[in-house]
Amino acid sequence: MSPDKLAYMANQIGKFFVSQKREDGVASIADHITKFWDPRMRRDFLAHLDEVTLDPMVRQAAERLKTPA
Amino acid sequence: MTLIKEIDYGTQAQSATKLVTLEVDGHAVTVPEGTSIMRASMEAGIKIPKLCATDTLNSFGSCRMCLVEVEGRNGTPASCTTPVAPGMKVHTSSDNVRRLRRGVMELYISDHPLDCLTCSANGDCELQDTAGEVGLREVRYGQEGANHLDAPTDGSNPYFDFDASKCIVCSRCVRACEEVQGTFALTIEGRGFASKVAAGMNEPFLTSECVSCGACVQACPTATLMEKSVVELGQPEHSVVTTCAYCGVGCSFKAEMRGDQVVRMVPWKDGKANHGHSCVKGRFAWGYASHPDRILKPMIRDKIDDPWQEVSWDVAIARVASEFKRIQAKAGVDSIGVITSSRCTNEETYLVQKLARAAFGNNNTDTCARVCHSPTGYGLGKTFGTSAGTQNFDSVEQADVMMVIGANPTDGHPVFASRMKKRLREGAKLIVIDPRQIDMVRMPHVEASYHLALRPGTNVAVMTSLAHVIVTENLIDENFVRERCELDAFSDWAAFVAEPRHSPEALEKTTGVPAELVRGAARLYATAGNGAIYYGLGVTEHSQGSTTVMAIANLAMATGNIGREGVGVNPLRGQNNVQGSCDMGSFPHELPGYRHVSGEGVRSIYEHEWGVKLNPEPGLRIPNMFDAAVDGTFLGLYVQGEDILQSDPDTHHVSKGLKAMECVVVHDLFLNETANYAHVFLPGSTFLEKDGTFTNAERRINMVRRVMAPKAGLADWETTMAISNAMGYPMNYQHPSEIMEEIARTTPTFAGVTYARLAKESVQWPCNDANPDGSPIMHVDKFQRGLGHFVITEYVPTDEKIGPRFPLLLTTGRILSQYNVGAQTRRTANVVWHPEDVLEIHPQDAEDRGIHDGDWVRLASRVGDTTLRAVLTERVAPGVVYTTFHHPVTQANVITTEYSDWATNCPEYKVTAVQVSPSNGISQWQEQYQDLTVKSRRIAAVPAK
Repeated sequence: MSPDKLAYMANQIGKFFVSQKREDGVASIADHITKFWDPRMRRDFLAHLDEVTLDPMVRQAAERLKTPA
Repeated sequence: MTLIKEIDYGTQAQSATKLVTLEVDGHAVTVPEGTSIMRASMEAGIKIPKLCATDTLNSFGSCRMCLVEVEGRNGTPASCTTPVAPGMKVHTSSDNVRRLRRGVMELYISDHPLDCLTCSANGDCELQDTAGEVGLREVRYGQEGANHLDAPTDGSNPYFDFDASKCIVCSRCVRACEEVQGTFALTIEGRGFASKVAAGMNEPFLTSECVSCGACVQACPTATLMEKSVVELGQPEHSVVTTCAYCGVGCSFKAEMRGDQVVRMVPWKDGKANHGHSCVKGRFAWGYASHPDRILKPMIRDKIDDPWQEVSWDVAIARVASEFKRIQAKAGVDSIGVITSSRCTNEETYLVQKLARAAFGNNNTDTCARVCHSPTGYGLGKTFGTSAGTQNFDSVEQADVMMVIGANPTDGHPVFASRMKKRLREGAKLIVIDPRQIDMVRMPHVEASYHLALRPGTNVAVMTSLAHVIVTENLIDENFVRERCELDAFSDWAAFVAEPRHSPEALEKTTGVPAELVRGAARLYATAGNGAIYYGLGVTEHSQGSTTVMAIANLAMATGNIGREGVGVNPLRGQNNVQGSCDMGSFPHELPGYRHVSGEGVRSIYEHEWGVKLNPEPGLRIPNMFDAAVDGTFLGLYVQGEDILQSDPDTHHVSKGLKAMECVVVHDLFLNETANYAHVFLPGSTFLEKDGTFTNAERRINMVRRVMAPKAGLADWETTMAISNAMGYPMNYQHPSEIMEEIARTTPTFAGVTYARLAKESVQWPCNDANPDGSPIMHVDKFQRGLGHFVITEYVPTDEKIGPRFPLLLTTGRILSQYNVGAQTRRTANVVWHPEDVLEIHPQDAEDRGIHDGDWVRLASRVGDTTLRAVLTERVAPGVVYTTFHHPVTQANVITTEYSDWATNCPEYKVTAVQVSPSNGISQWQEQYQDLTVKSRRIAAVPAK
């Protein structure tokens, strides 16, 4: 799927979680993407991280998804 | 089977706890204080003759037929208006009252046609019955004097006649229009002998304010107001109680039948959602079920530009299975999926998601709730712990203030709107938050205290500014928050909303709502007593839809308006089974009962039940399916009951996705717009042709009962089973009740639900050991998640911006007479009220563009354009235009964009930047699309044998 569209969606998610004071924003963004995105969406998203503009916390979440603990 | 005739007690039940015992004709009877003698008598089994009284209306005391004698009292009081008293002794059939009644009846009949044998009400006429009850044997006055026997019949309404010659001016129709429906379209015109029922300003019913709800027809004791279908077909001979297949109110109806032919649909008085009321759709717009457009044979074709070939069910099902297997073998198990509709039953949607999970081996299942209330699921799940409205409909009777946000109840949920209007007439206050001036802002005997006509897309800002006022003016219900909510989260939220940037004054420029209106509305909601919030798709269908739902939940928790009657957060569900389709696990990330597929525990329940290993990863949501199709990774789709091409946003993108698929299976009543891109068509069954259940917006599970055999041979659940069996995963249910048994076995909130139970009475989930009688009100002592969770709701403006090219904001909605994509209602006489979609535009915006009322206009956004006629109205603010999406000729979703809710991908239907300009007629795209439709719907002639 279009990396730009997926990046846009991820940034939208990020804008919500960045404002939640008591949540680990990075973890919440990663968790939301894991729980609601089909694996091919996640795969396409993570495969093109270098080509898209991501908000800082979203990028951290993406990196975390790329290398799960 | 018999014709169900509910007992008419004559006057309304009273709810007083103090009881009164009296004697009626020597029989002791005990009733609540305030009960009429008429009702008490009926409860004792003694029917007092009556004409103007019926128990759905307030007592009127006009017809003088129900006179009785009371020992120790003078005269002969009307039993309908006389309340009982302790020790009272009533005589209902003394010589005196019998003589009086007969005399009054003689007068009525002296001005009534004596054509009983040829009258359409023959066998169902209260006047006829009452004449028999009073023993009328002659009419001494004859019929030669002045009379109304030549009064004309108004047949203008497509569904019922008004034969004035048969009217006894009992006012039941007028009172039903006022008290039950709340439209005030009827009146008694003239005085004395010249009195007559008149619609509007003495005009035909069709052009009056009448909304054709049918309440007047139901109330009429004669043949004066009569369904045209009864005139044509005769009186029904049996009835079956079932549930309406239109909106989320879920009205109970008696399908009144003659053989397997529906004669009329009559709202069932014992229906818990509607209490005997109806709207024009459920009451009258059922003719689509036998419309000639229905496709009754399965069809297949190799390519979408081929004509359809009619085939047997076996051939069609085999084609579906072989194509889906071929695609999975080529592109992987995740390359196919399903979409269900909220128009389908719980059992059907459960089976379709099971088909995806157990037979296809993936979680690519979604439902049309994706594009309406999926943010409700996310938002209420996060704050309260589950995705459901908190109240029953009856709760509105205890509300002191209602806040209606992004909903248009009189059009979208008309039967519940009548309940709301009734409560408002009793004195409850109303706040409307909507860009458009919906009817409830100001209509007869209803006027909103506040109308916050916000700029489309600014819901979160408005809700947060309301919260700002409540927090900074100390209007918080501190006890509720302390005892019922997470305090840390509350403190964070309170500090957030209290920031000066969230004050109504600071946000006024953003929202377009004057600050003093926001302050007034917030104070009213927080201090009026019981505050109830009702919201619709004007909340959810935004890029911040889920955030607004959470903001609404925050407001309700902060003011303690949760967990008792009269309060709550109530999503008004668009279609009949939105709640149910979501409950049944239709979303790609959740199994039934809103349990995420990643949970091993819940998966193991279904793995045990279904005997297969389940995929722990979420599947594709509807918009993602189209994207994946264009990418070439999603190639097969089974769509049950939903017209995604017409209903989903950005039509060009949807058609591109459908075109890219190798096998699209449409399972529907008609060759809908999606079927233009289908390879297999499976004929569906209407709600009249199958058994099952619908769950309405108050979580009420209602029975749907088959009243005729499926016209195409299979009920929809049988078709899904056939596909599954052909795919190699066996399903062998004998009846939908067995599917419900499986649902109850596996879903804790449905554990106590059985068909045997539902046959006795509908029930609201959760229904289980903890809530054996169901749950009319949720979160009573604690939230489903334990403590209520406040969420910070930062306003993020949508990226859909107006600018020089597209300077207006389009918002979309629906109207009373049409339903969703119009597939059903366009195939009924309802088209008389809405033959085409139109564009509402403010007179100033129209003048700026040289547009006059009724002109063709071109409506364009950055993704597409269409043409339709303009209607100039101040219902919309300058800068805002509005249309509906009921007609495929217009295809309003050609205009709407790909923007969607951040959490759920629910499309942002409610905000599209557009331009409007004069036009000469339909656009080139519309012409091309009409050609495509004609070509796509060709059915090849069956070769001669």
